[in-house]
Amino acid sequence: MWLYILKRLGAAATTLAAASVIIFIFIHLIPGDPLYVLLGDGATPDQVDALRQKLGFDRSLAVQYFSWLSNVLQGDFGQSIFFQTPVLSVIGDGAETSILLASITMVWIILLGIPVGMIAAMRHGSWTDQGLSGLAMLLASVPTFWVGLYLILIFAAWLGWLPSSGYPSIFDDGGLANLQHLLLPSLALAAPNAALILRLTRASMLDVAREDYVRTARAKGIRPWRVVVRHIFRNALLAVVSAFGFTLAALISEAVVTETVFALPGIGRLVVQSILRRDYPVIQGVILITVVLYLGVNLCVDLSYRFLDPRVELE
Amino acid sequence: MRETLHTLLAPFLARRIALLGLAITLLMIFAALFAPIIVPYDPLEIDSLARLSPPTGTHWFGTDHFGRDTFSRVVFGSRLALIIGIGVVSFALLTGVPAGILSAMFPRVGWFVMRAVDVLMAFPALLLALGLIVILGQGVLNAILAIGVVYLTTTARITYGVTLRLRAEVYVEASRSLGAGTVWLVLKHILPNLVSPLLVQASFVFAFAQLGAASLDFLGLGAPPDIPSWGNMLAESRIYITRAPWLLFFPGLMIVLTAFSLNLVGDALRDRLDPRFREALGTPRRN
Amino acid sequence: MLSVEDVTVRLADSFNVVSGVSMRIERGEVVGLVGESGCGKSMTSLAIMGLLPAPQARLQAGSIALDGKDITSLPPYRRVEAGCGGVAMIFQEPMTSLNPVLTIGDQLAEAIRVHDGVSGPALRHRAQELLEMVRMPDAALQLGAYPHELSGGMRQRVVIAIALACRPQVLIADEPTTALDVTVQSQILALIRELCDELSMAVLFITHDLGVVAQLADRVLVMYAGRIVESAPVGTIFREPAHPYTRGLLACLPNPLARGRRLQTIVGQAPRPHEIGDGCAFAARCAYAEDACRSPGADWRQVDGDHGVLCRHPQSGQLVQ
Repeated sequence: MWLYILKRLGAAATTLAAASVIIFIFIHLIPGDPLYVLLGDGATPDQVDALRQKLGFDRSLAVQYFSWLSNVLQGDFGQSIFFQTPVLSVIGDGAETSILLASITMVWIILLGIPVGMIAAMRHGSWTDQGLSGLAMLLASVPTFWVGLYLILIFAAWLGWLPSSGYPSIFDDGGLANLQHLLLPSLALAAPNAALILRLTRASMLDVAREDYVRTARAKGIRPWRVVVRHIFRNALLAVVSAFGFTLAALISEAVVTETVFALPGIGRLVVQSILRRDYPVIQGVILITVVLYLGVNLCVDLSYRFLDPRVELE
Repeated sequence: MRETLHTLLAPFLARRIALLGLAITLLMIFAALFAPIIVPYDPLEIDSLARLSPPTGTHWFGTDHFGRDTFSRVVFGSRLALIIGIGVVSFALLTGVPAGILSAMFPRVGWFVMRAVDVLMAFPALLLALGLIVILGQGVLNAILAIGVVYLTTTARITYGVTLRLRAEVYVEASRSLGAGTVWLVLKHILPNLVSPLLVQASFVFAFAQLGAASLDFLGLGAPPDIPSWGNMLAESRIYITRAPWLLFFPGLMIVLTAFSLNLVGDALRDRLDPRFREALGTPRRN
Repeated sequence: MLSVEDVTVRLADSFNVVSGVSMRIERGEVVGLVGESGCGKSMTSLAIMGLLPAPQARLQAGSIALDGKDITSLPPYRRVEAGCGGVAMIFQEPMTSLNPVLTIGDQLAEAIRVHDGVSGPALRHRAQELLEMVRMPDAALQLGAYPHELSGGMRQRVVIAIALACRPQVLIADEPTTALDVTVQSQILALIRELCDELSMAVLFITHDLGVVAQLADRVLVMYAGRIVESAPVGTIFREPAHPYTRGLLACLPNPLARGRRLQTIVGQAPRPHEIGDGCAFAARCAYAEDACRSPGADWRQVDGDHGVLCRHPQSGQLVQ
C-alpha cells in the first residue's frame, strides 16, 4: 500500500518537475528582456540589478532554474508588477472565490450528472433516454460564457432573483448569504461538465449491465434496484471517478471565462487581467499552482481508485 | 459507387439524429464557401442609422451597435470557424499521429515522448493555450497553434494506444517475423487501421476547437477584433445583453450548432468503431 | 418436479432460436442437454431461469412449472416472492461470472439473505457452510477474498456455492466446465454429481461434450436447431442412438479401438435460426432424408419405453464404427 502511494507520488513529482521547467522557461520565451518581463517596463536600474543578483541572471539557465525553484519552494513566487505585492498574496486573494466556485460546481455536477445518467441508462432506448442523451450532447457543446450571459439576462436582469456579478466574501457582511452570487456562475460552469458526466455514467452503466456477473446477481433472486445499485452502478462508478481528474482540469479552464463573465474576483479572472496588464509573474504563479493542484487531485483520484477497485495491484 | 456511398453513410443511417449533425456540418461548410454570395450586406459595413435593430425583414438577425448586419456577420463567421476547425485538426493530426506511432514502434523513445505528453496534459487546457498566446502573441494562426497543442496530446495518446494494440496483433507479429521493415509495417498495417479511430477523434477535436477558439475570442485574446468571428461578436455585444438580447443569440447558437453537429457525427462514427479501438479512444474531453 | 412444456423463444428479429422444447426432470436426476453451439441450449436454460435478455429475446410460447406451480416468465426475484425460488443456475465463464469489486462473502451473503432471510453470525455461518459444501479449502478465510484472487476452478466452486445458497430443487449448469482445464473439469463434474445426490436436486447439465454426458448424466436430451430431437437414458443413447444426427455425433467421437482411421464428421453446417425451414432441420445433412422430410409434420415417436425421437426414419441397431 505504502509502496503504491510512494510510486504514484514519485510519478506525480517527476511530472511536476518537468512542468516546472516549462513554467520557468515561460518567462524567457516571452519576447523582451526577462528581467524587464518580470519587473515591467517601468523598472529602475536598481531594481533590475537587485533581481539579476537574486535570480542569478548572469549565470547559466540551469543555475537560474534552481535559484527560482528554491525561491518557489520557500513560497517566494516573485512580485506582481501591477500590484507591487508578492504574487502568492495576489493569488491568495482570489482563492476563496475560485475554490468555492469550483466546489459548488462539483456538487452540481455530481448531483445532476450521475443520477440523471443512471435514469437514462435504466431506461435505455426509451424516449426519456434519447431525450436526456440528446440534451446532454447539446449542453456539452455550449460555451459556458454564452450560457452565463443568458442566465444573467433571465435571472438577474429580467427576474431580479439573483445578483448578476461580483462576489463579496462570506466573511464580510452578508455571511453565507453571499454564496448566492455564485449560484448562476456555478450553474453555467456545471452545465457542460455535468452533461459529460451524465453521458459517461450512462455509457458505463450500459457496458456493465452486459457483464456476466450482473446475470449471476439476477439469478440469485435479488431485487432489480439492488442489482442496479450494488452491481451495475458500483462498477460503473469506477469509470466516472476516474473522469473527475479531467473534469477538474475542465473546470479550471472554464472558470477563466466564467469568472470573467460574472466579474468574480477569482484566480481565473486574475489570469485574464494579468495577461492584459502584462503582469507575467502572476501568470507564471497561477499556472504553477493550478498544475500542482491538478496533479494533486489526480493523485487522490488514483489512490481512491485503489479502494474502489480491489483489482488494482499494489506494486 | 452506390455501395461505397452506402458504407460511408451507414453510421448516419443507423442513427437518424447523426444525419442532422452531418446536414448542419455540410450547411456550415456551404455557408463558409459561398458567404459573399449568400449575405445581403457587407459584414463590415457600418450603418449608424440602424444601430441595435432587432430582427426584422431587412435585418434577419438584427444589427449590432455599429449597425452592422448580424446575419451577414454570422455567415462570414462560419469561415473562421471552418479555418479554426481544419487548422486545429490538421495540427493535432500532423503532430500527434507521428508522435503516437513513433512511441508505439520504438518503446525507448516512446517512453520519453509519452511522458512529455503527460507533462503537457498536466496543464489545464485553456491556461496552456493562454500561456502560448502570451508567448506567441494574438492572431488567428497563433490561436490555432495554441488550441492545437492541447489536442496534440490527446491525439498522440489515442494513436499510441491503438498502434500498441495493432502491433501486438497476430498479423502484425506475423509479418514482422517475415522480415517486414517498420516503415512497411506502419504503412501497410497500422495507418489503414488508424483511419477510423482518428476520424472519430477529428470530429471531436473540430467540435471542441470551436469552443476553445470562442473562449479565446471572448477574452479578447483570439482572432483580431476586425474579423467577424462568432466569439468576437459575442465579446463585442456582451454589454448589450440587456438592451439587445438577440445580438448574442445567433452567434452563440452557431457555435453550439457547429460543436453539437460534429459531436453527433463523432458519436455516430464512434458507435460503429471496432470495440478494441473504442477503448483506446476513452471519453471525449471538452478540454 | 421441473416440467417444461412447448417452450418457444423468439429473437427480436423474429426468428425462433428454441421451438417447442419440452422436458421433465425429476429429483436426484442429472439430465444432459447436448447440442452444437448455437442450437438453442443456452436460450432454453435462460428461458427456464426467467432470465431471457429482453428485448433481444423473449418467450413466445410455452410454460414452465416447478412442483406444479407455474413460474413461466417470472424473473428470479419474483419467484422468490412467490415462494418458488427453487431454480438456480451456474454459468459458463467463472472468470466473469463474479462481481470483481465485491468479496466472495458479500456475494454469497446476498443470495443467502434473499432465500433464508438470516443476518449476522447465522449468515456468516451459512456462507461458510456453503463454501465447505463445494469443498472449498479454508472456507472461512476465503469469505474475505475477491474473485481475482482465486483460480478458475475455485471461482466456479464459488459460483456453485452461490447457486446452492438459493436452496435449489433444480440446478441448471450451462457448460460450467468448458472454460476450465481438464483436471479441474473432472473435479467440478464430480462435485456436481455428489451435490445432486446429497441434496437430491434435479440437475439440467448443458454441454456440447458427449464425454461429459457419459460421465455425469442419467438421461440425455439431444438438441438440434432449436428442437429436442432425441431423448433417452444415457446407456441407450450411446448403444442404440435412433436419430441420424445423434448417430452422426457419436460417430464423430474418436474411437480408441479403431486407431488409424480418420475421424468422421457430419457433412455441412448446422442451420442458423433464420435458415430453418418448415421441414426437418437436419434433412439437408441427413443421409436418410427423403422428400417427405423437407415438408412439415414430423412427429415425436417413442422408440422404446423411455426412448423418443423426432424423426421419420429413426435408425435402429447398434452404432458400428
